[in-house]
Amino acid sequence: MNAPLIETRDLARHYPSGEGVVAALDGVNVTIQPGEFVAAMGPSGSGKSTFLNLIGCLDTPTRGTYRLAGEDVAHLSTEALAALRGERIGFVFQSFHLLPRLDALSNVAMPMLYRGVPRAVREKRAAEALARVGLAGRMRHRPNQLSGGQQQRVAIARALVNGPELLLADEPTGALDSRTGIEIMALFQALNAAGVAVLCVTHDASVAAYAARTLRFKDGKMVEDRRHTPVDAAALLRDVA
Amino acid sequence: MNAPHLAPVAPPAVSALSPLPRGRGGLSFPEALWAALGALNANKLRAALTALGIFIGVAAVMVTVAVGAGARQQVLAQIQSLGANLLLVWGGNVRMGGVSLGAGQRANISWDDAQAIPREIYAVQVAAGTIRQQQQIVAGNQNWATTVTATDPDWFVAHDWTLAEGRFFTVEENMAGRKVVLLGATVAEALFGEENPVGREVRIGATPFEVIGVLGRKGQNPQGQDQDDAVVMPYWTARRSVMGSSRAFARAVSTISVKVHEGEDMALVEEELRALFRQRHRVAANEPDTVQIRNLSEIAATRDASARTLSLLLASVAAVSLLVGGIGVMNIMLVSVTERTKEIGLRLAVGARPADILKQFLLEAVLLALIGGAAGVAAGFALAHLLGGLAGWPVLVQWDAVALAVAVSGLTGLFFGYWPARRAAQLDPIAALRAE
Repeated sequence: MNAPLIETRDLARHYPSGEGVVAALDGVNVTIQPGEFVAAMGPSGSGKSTFLNLIGCLDTPTRGTYRLAGEDVAHLSTEALAALRGERIGFVFQSFHLLPRLDALSNVAMPMLYRGVPRAVREKRAAEALARVGLAGRMRHRPNQLSGGQQQRVAIARALVNGPELLLADEPTGALDSRTGIEIMALFQALNAAGVAVLCVTHDASVAAYAARTLRFKDGKMVEDRRHTPVDAAALLRDVA
Repeated sequence: MNAPHLAPVAPPAVSALSPLPRGRGGLSFPEALWAALGALNANKLRAALTALGIFIGVAAVMVTVAVGAGARQQVLAQIQSLGANLLLVWGGNVRMGGVSLGAGQRANISWDDAQAIPREIYAVQVAAGTIRQQQQIVAGNQNWATTVTATDPDWFVAHDWTLAEGRFFTVEENMAGRKVVLLGATVAEALFGEENPVGREVRIGATPFEVIGVLGRKGQNPQGQDQDDAVVMPYWTARRSVMGSSRAFARAVSTISVKVHEGEDMALVEEELRALFRQRHRVAANEPDTVQIRNLSEIAATRDASARTLSLLLASVAAVSLLVGGIGVMNIMLVSVTERTKEIGLRLAVGARPADILKQFLLEAVLLALIGGAAGVAAGFALAHLLGGLAGWPVLVQWDAVALAVAVSGLTGLFFGYWPARRAAQLDPIAALRAE
């Protein structure tokens, strides 16, 4: 009885704007199973970011229901939502959002602070996560001593460190050159192969191509839900090299 | 503390890392403290300048409290050395042909008045009549000019004198007019140096006296006179052997020291004394009093009150500077929250609860204030002693005042840090993450 990882029914988010109301997201029905690699595509203002915020429990819907791993999150308190984010979801952002005064290891270990994990365990797991993204040798480097690609890897390690079932990536390659972007997508594919579901928001069709399923958004509605064969990022890198 | 309401997922999704066992949850206090230290360390100069406000406030509190407490202790010691619960009766107010001669101009109070007081007024413990005269004291080849006080043995009780050496004289020695004296510490030192004067001989004029005791040291009185520059002998000895006795005033005294029992109303006893003297001196209802009565502790208490007022004034200045310091903390914490909006958004996104964010920022503010406060205590301590040494003020550092200063600075941080911390905790994570 595998519950879907994500299940939305008539999901909507409206914002008050001037005299009227803007429907940033308007009636989205989607079901995502554990371990899927899904891209949410669309131009800016299409509602894909609002969708991501709702799925990430950073925002609450105006209408409709959202179940995360079978649990309706609509009526959870801010505290409970925070705990849910910490346990089940890892965020990766376009601009990395690393804390400049902390080294890579401390940046990766940071989310575990809020779960009361003892220091020794934190450091061990953070080191494992950094090794998993190929940065075993960069643990004591600060963000400004790392390249953009390396910084994004640190951010991915941080997203992984609590052992989440879902990675939410918001334009993860947006601040990187194309080759580094492909490397990052290869990393997502590898993590996905290990069983983590990935939801990647992008406006770039070539990035969405690495996913196995693409949701296309337009004017707050989901206009397409298409499964496709993903492009193998790792193979692409080998060919270029 | 764990995420409530969530059914465990079975089987747990495989992830790149093993699922993290659920911890006790929440940001622990030591970790929050560590994070706050890290944040302060990242902006050392700014933290130091902000703490400076609290530092100055606390240092000012320390100095004023220490100097104020020292001054009060000095005043209290003076009250003690004058003799507690003491009323002093002066003769005087004698009118001759309508001209007032002023207080103490003629001896109109007597040894018998002094004897009558404890008999007549229940609240009085002892009363001792005294006459004083300036005399030259000689011991061997040393000599010293001082005031000779001739009195009753009760005088030692009334003025709370202690003994450094030897003994007081007795009632019998007084009545018999025995030639014995006690030396004040200053006189003893001047005449005998380091030696013990008890049993030795001193001469006043041609008359030899045996030294039977040395009085305990009292120091200066509030008028700055050395109370230890004194020689004390029995009243009747002085009458017979030193000061002479004219027939008219053979039993006269110049002052009577009246010690009132602890807890009795001094003002009431003063009234009773006036009434007693009016009766004994047969003063008509429309005539003024023949004596003056002074409450010495009251004079000292007035000085104490003014010392209190001064320290209160200084303390309020210090409180204002703490307030300004607190506003500085609030200001810098607001700046810090604004600067770190993105960081707060990130922390919220990765699972920090608003309460965790509140805890972190509040701790940072408290820590900032406490650092300033602790440094302020140290500087205030040093400054108080330095000032005390330079100006010759007595300085008294009270440890409860130190604890209070530190506690107040911590509370200042808590109070002024709360609002910025709450602002941080209530940030919308989405907006915070997008902030520039």
